[in-house]
Amino acid sequence: MKYNSVFDIIGPIMIGPSSSHTAGAAIIGRLARSVFGRMPKIADIHLYGSFAETYKGHATDVAIVGGLLDFDTNDERIPQSLHLAREAGMEVAFHTEEAVPEHPNTTMIHLEDEHGSMEIIGVSIGGGKVEITELNGFKLKLNGMYPAILVLHDDRFGVISGVTNILTKHRVNIGHMEVSRKEKGKMALMVIEVDQNLQDSILDEIRGLEHVTQVTRMSP
Amino acid sequence: MFKNVAELVEKAESQGISIAEVMIRQEMEISEASREAVRERMGRNLDVMEQSVAKGLAGVKSLSGLTGGDAVLMQQYIAKGKTLSGPFILDAVSKAVATNEVNAAMGMICATPTAGSAGVVPGTLFAVRETLNPTRDQMIDFLFTSGAFGFIVANNASVSGAAGGCQAEVGSATGMAAAALVELGGGTPEQSAHGMAIALKNLLGLVCDPVAGLVEVPCVKRNAMGAAVAMVAADMALAGIKSRIPADEVIEAMYRIGQVMPSALRETARGGLAATPTGKKLERQIFGEKK
Repeated sequence: MKYNSVFDIIGPIMIGPSSSHTAGAAIIGRLARSVFGRMPKIADIHLYGSFAETYKGHATDVAIVGGLLDFDTNDERIPQSLHLAREAGMEVAFHTEEAVPEHPNTTMIHLEDEHGSMEIIGVSIGGGKVEITELNGFKLKLNGMYPAILVLHDDRFGVISGVTNILTKHRVNIGHMEVSRKEKGKMALMVIEVDQNLQDSILDEIRGLEHVTQVTRMSP
Repeated sequence: MFKNVAELVEKAESQGISIAEVMIRQEMEISEASREAVRERMGRNLDVMEQSVAKGLAGVKSLSGLTGGDAVLMQQYIAKGKTLSGPFILDAVSKAVATNEVNAAMGMICATPTAGSAGVVPGTLFAVRETLNPTRDQMIDFLFTSGAFGFIVANNASVSGAAGGCQAEVGSATGMAAAALVELGGGTPEQSAHGMAIALKNLLGLVCDPVAGLVEVPCVKRNAMGAAVAMVAADMALAGIKSRIPADEVIEAMYRIGQVMPSALRETARGGLAATPTGKKLERQIFGEKK
């Protein structure tokens, strides 16, 4: 089922005018910010389908940037977000794309600063619900409802059990888990949805594992 | 979890509880939250709806200037005491318009099920508050009942205009409102399902064609008509009139219509009213020459 909660239907409380093109866009921006882990210096935002056609009228651009500034969907600063991003030193550019995406409301966000860069694809499926479908070229499916940890690692045996052993030790329950790779034997991305936000010490422990390159978290 | 309207009605009738109660119990289970927490969260949505209605009735104007002020005009007209369709339906209309005018002005609203269709459910709810005098708890139940039907539509079809056209937004909202109105009006769960089916049937095929891509024209007035349709559909169901096509099949039909709807008519602002000479002219006035 795409929708689990009655509050996906009655809600969110949000700044208008569109739940998919404004609130959903803000949520995708905020999830991107959460995975990036800090305020980006550069944000290149690519818009596809209906997002590309109508982003100005729906303030999709303003909303995504609001999300990148870590604003919630009902934050009354959203209408001023382009200005606030400039003040915060974030360089923002929008690109409307011709390519026809699988879902009409799709955005690809490229974030960058001196410490690194990241590329994320998000889809706004309606009523303020979103899905993250790709991260740095890895296919995934996250709806941002639960905290998740994202582990970039070598595609080797034993890595998955290494990570889950640590979670077991700390009595963390896994709600959903998937692993994706671009090529056999190279890099893989492990996505684990958990029931509670994890302490930094657990993430550090995972970072210490052999063959683990990067560990980030996404908080709803 | 109930997957369709038939299951929802069966759950309510077999246990002798309201549809709102089925929805509340399910929400408590999936969110592992207490009844009080779930009700209180819905109460916050109700408060935001009340504030948006009040703000719209006081008069707002969108940045583009395309919408705003119609809720006020309607209230002034009702106050004169002489209307064709009667004060109750028109009160719902004006309150639906009020909510969507606030939305278009980038004000705060509660999406029900979406922002573009946020007026129908609160419009009808705050109109019948004047006539049926529901308690706050009954108003919160109204939102759970609408939510239960919206939940089914969202999972089995869509509530996205970009995916399914306006029938998926205002159509869904109208069906949700009709079902909740029936329950508040003393109808059975089965009558709620008929109210929902009758309402949604009459908005099937409705395209999403926003002028200049803004959630203003025709969205605000479609919410107005959604509210009116919801009131009439609910009255029909309460009168004992049944939908020949069951609600679940109406939802399925809505989904299939959305699938074959051309993309020009699904929130791309390339067809329908958006593509009329006046629609194009307004777009140029607002954004200048582009694309």
